Amino acid sequence: MMTYNDWIVLGGTSLIGANAGLIGTFAVLRRRALTGDALAHAALPGVCLAFLLVGARSLPFLLLGALATGVLGITIIAAVQHWTRIKADAAIGIVLSVFFGAGMVLSRLVQDRVSGGTAGLDSYILGKTAGMLREDLYLIGSIFVLCLCAVGLLYKEFKLHTFDHGFAQAQGWPVFRLDLLLMTLLALTVVVGLSTVGVVMIAALLIIPAATARFWTERLGVMLLLAIAVGEIMAVVGALISTRYAYMPAGPVIVLVGTFLFGLSSLFAPRRGLVARTLSERAFRQRLRLGTLTLEELEAENNR
Amino acid sequence: MASILDVHDVTVAYHHRPVLWDIDLTLTQPCVAGIVGPNGAGKSTLIKAILGLVPLASGQVQILGEPVSRQRRRIGYVPQRESVDWDFPVSVLDVVLMGTYGRLGWFRRPGSRERDQARRSLARVGLEGLEDRQIGHLSGGQQQRTFLARALVQEADIYFMDEPMAGVDAATEATIFSLLRELGEQGKTVLVVHHDLRTVTQYFDYLILLNTRLVAHGPTATTFTPAHLRTTYGGRLAVLDEAAEAVSAGERTP
Repeated sequence: MMTYNDWIVLGGTSLIGANAGLIGTFAVLRRRALTGDALAHAALPGVCLAFLLVGARSLPFLLLGALATGVLGITIIAAVQHWTRIKADAAIGIVLSVFFGAGMVLSRLVQDRVSGGTAGLDSYILGKTAGMLREDLYLIGSIFVLCLCAVGLLYKEFKLHTFDHGFAQAQGWPVFRLDLLLMTLLALTVVVGLSTVGVVMIAALLIIPAATARFWTERLGVMLLLAIAVGEIMAVVGALISTRYAYMPAGPVIVLVGTFLFGLSSLFAPRRGLVARTLSERAFRQRLRLGTLTLEELEAENNR
Repeated sequence: MASILDVHDVTVAYHHRPVLWDIDLTLTQPCVAGIVGPNGAGKSTLIKAILGLVPLASGQVQILGEPVSRQRRRIGYVPQRESVDWDFPVSVLDVVLMGTYGRLGWFRRPGSRERDQARRSLARVGLEGLEDRQIGHLSGGQQQRTFLARALVQEADIYFMDEPMAGVDAATEATIFSLLRELGEQGKTVLVVHHDLRTVTQYFDYLILLNTRLVAHGPTATTFTPAHLRTTYGGRLAVLDEAAEAVSAGERTP
């Protein structure tokens, strides 16, 4: 029997999953998925600082803290790349571990100073679905609506910018501001998902829906809708499993559910799946061997 | 009358290493111009500097009498094919439609008018029937022609093409060639980064020889000379032999 609280939790996690699918698709296509990961790790010290300052769990305030250090983290990544010769992956690695380390140290301080507050803090590392409030649901919902509106209005602009940055710039689009907007939406998406999925697992919630959706379609619009659906399904199923077994942390379970969907897709998707590709390769070799295929036929097929 | 392109004192540097040095280049007449020079001469960078895609260390650029930022709708651009991810989930028609985005402006989506335009443009480059194909399932030459079709729907007055003939099949090169001629006949200006000296005289009526500095520019007939090529390419003998062959071949054809 589902209680009122269970419905709140399911609604909230499904919105978090849907949002991660939507924004994660652009992040993955723009090769910014790991930036999302760094942002999540860099958000941890912010959460801890907010805990220390307020002394209790207040979601908007914690998210503000998370957003502050998260954005600071990705700004440092950009600065390191710009001012030194360190490449993106190394810069992301440095920022990710330093901020996460600082976050862990701060979380011990929180444990010492704030009595009884640590249970809430732990959920930011591995994720926890229980304890979501109706106000949290409203906050998560409004961020999803914001992301949906932005992508709905700027679909063509985001598509061009993500596909061909140089051409977009030559056509006069303010690519820097579009990038900033996408990063802002990514930051909001990550931060709002932190308490449910956890710092460590949030990158998977951004990447898995997009990567899974890509197997089933060659169209960006369809990919976005599929990624929203996959994000929602993995979040809801993961949350259901984790609330059923109290000792299961939500983040890892959600990620495992997503990995299962990804595995199914990578094997059985038409055309792009491993099975379909192996079969068509085998059929092709068979035709070559039997000599039923001429070069002209093959060229015509490729131009069809 | 304002000149078509006016590049004034342009210098571009990456980490204090100059890529373009003090370029002064003015085009007053419409022309189909080749930008030619050795590897690392800054050919692509010149196009990117003109379009504002790389920061200028100094200098300024004007197109048709105005700063580039105010002439975006009169500019067509064909970037290098390697600059995008061809596994991106878009169809051939989607990519060509991107050429209309500048005209459409914020928020407006391409409609049936734009789609007709895009289809016509695809037919012009010989890609009719491939509209719905995902772009990764095209050959290199077809991908290049997709980019050309996208530039065509921009309906620009001045086109910039970054190595459109690099690694393409003969059919694609022939298509590009006839397209360049068509655009030239319509009085458009086209600047093409090019690396094959043997085809320079055939393709271009204007030549820009570049090696970090601007070595020479002018009508191909008077600019494509052994002396200029030697200055552009330094002592690279193989290239010079090839060039000498090309020059003499150019002299033989009337």
